[in-house]
Amino acid sequence: MAAAALRRDFTPVILTAALVLLLAGSAVVPAYLRFLFELALANGLAVMGLMLLMRAGLVSFGQGLYYCLGGYTAGIAGSFLGISDVFALLALGAAVAAVVGLLCGLLIARYREIFFAMLTLAFTMVLYGLLINNERLGSTDGFNVPAPHFLGWAPEGERLGLTLFVVTCVLVYVVALGLHRYLGSAMGYLGEAIRENELRVEYLGASVRRLLLVKYVLAAVLAGLGGVLTGLAVGHVDPDLANWTTSGEFLFMALLGGIENVAAPLLGALVLELVRSYALEYAPYLWQMTLGATMLVIILFLPGGLWSLARMRKGADLTPEL
Amino acid sequence: MLTLVVIVLDGLVYSSWLFIVAVGLTLIYGVLRIVNVAHGSFYALGAYVMASAAGYYFARGLPPQANYLIIPLAALVVGLVVGLPLERGLLRFFYGRDQVVLVLVTYAAFLVLEDATKLVWGVDPYYAVEPYRLLGTLSVGGLPYAVYDLCLIGVAGGLGAVLWWGLNRTRNGKLLGAVIHDREMSEAFGVNVTPIFTATFVLGAMLGALGGALTAPEISVVPGVGAEVIVLAFAVVVTGGLGSVVGAMLGALIVGMARAAVIHLAPSVELFVVYLVMAVVLALRPQGLFAPAAARKI
Amino acid sequence: MSAKVPVRAERRENPAARKVLGTVAGALAASLLAVCLPGRSWAQENQGSIKISFVSFLSGPASGPFGVPARNGAEVIVKALNQGALAAPYKTKGIAGRKIQWKFFDEAGGPQQQVAQYRQLVEREHSDVIIGYISSGDCKALAPVAEELKTLTVYFDCGSPTIFEDVDVNPHYVFRTGPHAMMDEAALARYTVGVDPNVKTLAGIDQNYDWGQESWKLFLAAMEQLKPGIQVTASQFPKLLSGQYGADISTLLTGRPDAIYTSFWGGDLEAFILQGNARNLFNGRRLLLSAGEPAMYRLATQIPDGTVICARGPHGVFAPDSKLNRQFRKVYHSAYGSWPTYPSYKIAQAILGVKTAYENAAKAKAGAAPNTEEVIRALANSKWVGPSGPVELALANGHQAIQANAIGQFKYDRAKGRPEIVDIKRYAARCVNPPPGVKSIDWVHSGFKGAQCD
Repeated sequence: MAAAALRRDFTPVILTAALVLLLAGSAVVPAYLRFLFELALANGLAVMGLMLLMRAGLVSFGQGLYYCLGGYTAGIAGSFLGISDVFALLALGAAVAAVVGLLCGLLIARYREIFFAMLTLAFTMVLYGLLINNERLGSTDGFNVPAPHFLGWAPEGERLGLTLFVVTCVLVYVVALGLHRYLGSAMGYLGEAIRENELRVEYLGASVRRLLLVKYVLAAVLAGLGGVLTGLAVGHVDPDLANWTTSGEFLFMALLGGIENVAAPLLGALVLELVRSYALEYAPYLWQMTLGATMLVIILFLPGGLWSLARMRKGADLTPEL
Repeated sequence: MLTLVVIVLDGLVYSSWLFIVAVGLTLIYGVLRIVNVAHGSFYALGAYVMASAAGYYFARGLPPQANYLIIPLAALVVGLVVGLPLERGLLRFFYGRDQVVLVLVTYAAFLVLEDATKLVWGVDPYYAVEPYRLLGTLSVGGLPYAVYDLCLIGVAGGLGAVLWWGLNRTRNGKLLGAVIHDREMSEAFGVNVTPIFTATFVLGAMLGALGGALTAPEISVVPGVGAEVIVLAFAVVVTGGLGSVVGAMLGALIVGMARAAVIHLAPSVELFVVYLVMAVVLALRPQGLFAPAAARKI
Repeated sequence: MSAKVPVRAERRENPAARKVLGTVAGALAASLLAVCLPGRSWAQENQGSIKISFVSFLSGPASGPFGVPARNGAEVIVKALNQGALAAPYKTKGIAGRKIQWKFFDEAGGPQQQVAQYRQLVEREHSDVIIGYISSGDCKALAPVAEELKTLTVYFDCGSPTIFEDVDVNPHYVFRTGPHAMMDEAALARYTVGVDPNVKTLAGIDQNYDWGQESWKLFLAAMEQLKPGIQVTASQFPKLLSGQYGADISTLLTGRPDAIYTSFWGGDLEAFILQGNARNLFNGRRLLLSAGEPAMYRLATQIPDGTVICARGPHGVFAPDSKLNRQFRKVYHSAYGSWPTYPSYKIAQAILGVKTAYENAAKAKAGAAPNTEEVIRALANSKWVGPSGPVELALANGHQAIQANAIGQFKYDRAKGRPEIVDIKRYAARCVNPPPGVKSIDWVHSGFKGAQCD
């Protein structure tokens, strides 16, 4: 182990390199591509939260609940309360997600496996139903989110897109670094311990329930932040953000990228966006089939996700597969 | 008073439909521990096969009364042509993996089947209403009801009884019980698990297709019908208790009655009453109302 | 999940970290490369042509009744234009002498997906014009994006009046060449009161989503103006695609309304009619279908005679006879084996409006190719004739179309085995559309102030 400890932790390097690459790239690549990356990063936040839960053995089918809450918080604050500062909106979205996450988490943290998945699904579908019944919030059509300000500065058009992209990149970078630190801490490692054997963790003197609650709330906050950023980037929110298909897509992204490193969910989110964009372009009649087939190939041949490609040579036994 | 009678009758009809649509899902989960998203595809395929076969049948002027034979036939065809290859060609490679992986695998299969269905039938709606109209109406408290709908109650009851009997009172059913309870132990005692899994999956697929085939005469079959049914069937099965036939019946009754009551008394909340019932039941009793007892293995 | 698998989540002790870095960089580079590749090549690629991207539902429940008929309608018109084979006044080849290159895209995936796709249509495909969008949600989300990306965008179908009334109140790049839902509901209400002057009770059943809720709101408000004191016996909002209307039909039956209104479309409309028929729901009652026309051929034997049918404009069977209309119907029918319905007409109307504007702008420049701003100037407040008659961009600073409307009753001709529409009434455009600057719902509540009816 001593020798292993001397080896460097490359994740911060990778993340920093990716950040630099993205920021530098944003000046060169066409705006639609930047937008695709922005959506992928925002979704990636939600998927990182999902990863946190999955590492503890909990699979949520309802991260869309917090994602949607984040988006709607940004939209309502912007359209009805006149709050449009991007940082205030992020804080607000995170706070709402945290409060709801805590309330639901108190109930949900008792459940495991498929029951956990089903209950999270039920919660998100209740929100979906509530929003569709609400005509003031545009029912199924949703409503447009006004353009955000940045500490009093109100850019427009291309400059707004660019600024929002930079904010998204930096936020995701900071969150990813923080999450990486967390995963490397005792609390982070206890997640895997819970997944392997809950009883033993309890015997060791840790409170499984509290640990899971913390992870659940953290995941909710991350999904909420992702929702805020998506709402601002797209400029529109609608109840589909809470539909089960959205949550299913997050799971797909997690599976696609893998869950062994904080960067893996981001990779998964990015690849899915790209695959979908190209499927819609080249096979407008068969894009669902293309997505489904990609999904099957990944699950069958890369059970650890794309990230596991990096250590093929070490053998599959190190890959935490689902 | 009339309202109450109407609510109960509407609720019963809807519950029966829910049960028929959802029971295959619970059966497959009970044995294979797969939450089968592709159940929606079986439903859609059953509906499409029935609608086109019945259309052909009536266009040929064959004896109208015998058309009801197409319904089980459609289910059989879908079960064997789609269910069997799906289990043998795909799902079996994932046995032993996490339940959630299997959810995603079946979700992927659902996406593929959705477009495959579109390739075969196109995007135009199909309908074949003759079987629905043939049985006429029956007046209950002055309100006309379609006899076909009332028959669904009988079909659901019969289906439930046969499944219960088959699972609890036959040799094969008991073998199935053993496999559910402890797969390794059953294998050690010489039970050949593979054909049991395959047979259960195909049966579940047939039940899903049967739901679609029974529904086809009263709807117009369009792309997307399958997706709608999935979440509904989940809600029913989860409310009742995953893996239990009696639970599915109970879940269907609760959800169906709740929806009928809400439509009559408070139509604005109809949309999410199903999920609300599911969330409340799960919050109080996570394993569902009627889950089979599970032995805890450490 | 196997308990035997040791989970080494952290990469801290991984000697292969460099490989990880390499993989990430490789994946990023590969995806960048993939994305920067040019898109699917344009049909009939050539220099100096006009690129039009079309978007409508090619999958999902709205594809059968709306998306695919729209696609087919666009194909008929574009092909005829490129051959220079379309009837007068559109005899000239292509658009302003330039060939039309076109591509069709799926509207699936909701606003999020559509905004991403829209940006690609502008920046990757370099579309000159984007024509499309059936869902009001997509239209609302895309309006600000279109204004930002400065691309001529023509909505051909989406029906919500709020798009220019609340969302994009000062449109520049966005046009809607089809009238919005207000026109349908105002005309339908006038027609209903005209044929059933004694209507006293009314029931509504609409899908629980924006279009259903808004249609019912506008129709009911219009009925309350035209027939004060009208009673509503039930208003049901079943879930989209629920397919099971047993309990809803019971509530409609118990209220014994004189008329039943529905804005259902597609599979839901068909299921509702089948199930309502089986329970004698429509016996002795007027059925009002605000978007019923696409279903009238397919459900010909099922729709009760006397059902009031609206085509969201004078489209399909309502279209006045003209050489253009005859040609459109004939070519469409021989290509697809079915008659064009309102989505086909509406997309045709959108293309011809764009063609007219391009050519007027080119004429002003003595034949030189006009830029987007010049086309927009020519399109705003313009008038042209589509296969369903004259169209005028009269509302929202000349960005929102108004059109005459026509409504009639369904009748199945058993001898000929085909459906027909009888008792057609026509409404002048300014009779059933609000005047400029007035919001639809305010216009209804004001008692249709300023309506110019014959």
